[in-house]
Amino acid sequence: MPFIVAFLFAYIVWLLLTAGSNGLLWSTEELVAGLIFAAIIGYATKDIVGENSTRFLNPVKWLGFIAYAPVLFWGMVKANFDVAYRVITGKIRPGIVRVPVDLENDAQYTILSNSITLTPGTLTVEADPEEKALYVHWINVPKGLERPESSEPVTGPFEKWARRLGR
Amino acid sequence: MNYVETLIYIFLGISVAFNLLGSFALLRFPDVYTRLHGATKCTTFGTIFAVFAVVTHALYQLHRTGDSKYLQMALHSFIALIALLLTNPTGAHAIAKAAHLSGVKPVRAVVDAYEEKLGGGSE
Repeated sequence: MPFIVAFLFAYIVWLLLTAGSNGLLWSTEELVAGLIFAAIIGYATKDIVGENSTRFLNPVKWLGFIAYAPVLFWGMVKANFDVAYRVITGKIRPGIVRVPVDLENDAQYTILSNSITLTPGTLTVEADPEEKALYVHWINVPKGLERPESSEPVTGPFEKWARRLGR
Repeated sequence: MNYVETLIYIFLGISVAFNLLGSFALLRFPDVYTRLHGATKCTTFGTIFAVFAVVTHALYQLHRTGDSKYLQMALHSFIALIALLLTNPTGAHAIAKAAHLSGVKPVRAVVDAYEEKLGGGSE
């Protein structure tokens, strides 16, 4: 199964990269070469990809990622105006806080860490799945939140999304 | 100049503005962590709009001329955007962690929970 997942993913990327080689579609040479190279990549990476990867074949998950895009984009818009404000005024109160999170697997940690790095005022320094916590550099720690008990003020809606998408 | 070209110029303007802001952040902020905030957020956002401009231009030319090279242009820029969205925050995270492990302390920090964790682990 991991071979098929890696093969499909590599072949889709190949098709995207070579689209337009024959009119707006693909020439036969590209299709055949893509099959060969995708098979090589699938064989080489099947142990790294692992058995769990089959969950990414679920089309509902892909719809989830598409629905997540505008949420992330809006977060980035706010983040950029926030940084703009701090660049102009110089008002910062930085600190590294420990944020307890409720996640299960590596994919969820990756999605959440990357999302909050792109969104307002936060930058993940370290993710620690063992003690279920993220260490986050916060550019403007609000007074009284130096030791946050819950993840809500830091992660906002993204923890819910990460839990859903990485499952 | 028609509407599509105006839209492309708007995208490019936003892109340049935010990349410039990222450069200002590098100059204004006091230490590596706060600078990373500006460098990752602003450059990612700025580059998204640069890619939007390229994709809009490519699709417009594809619609006008039907030349398949514009389809390739749009798809390749879009793949570059996805790669950037995945790798840019990961790189920032790696730099921040490496800086902390090499002993660079956050300037003017009100709290440093990561330092407490590392200190607690070694003693």
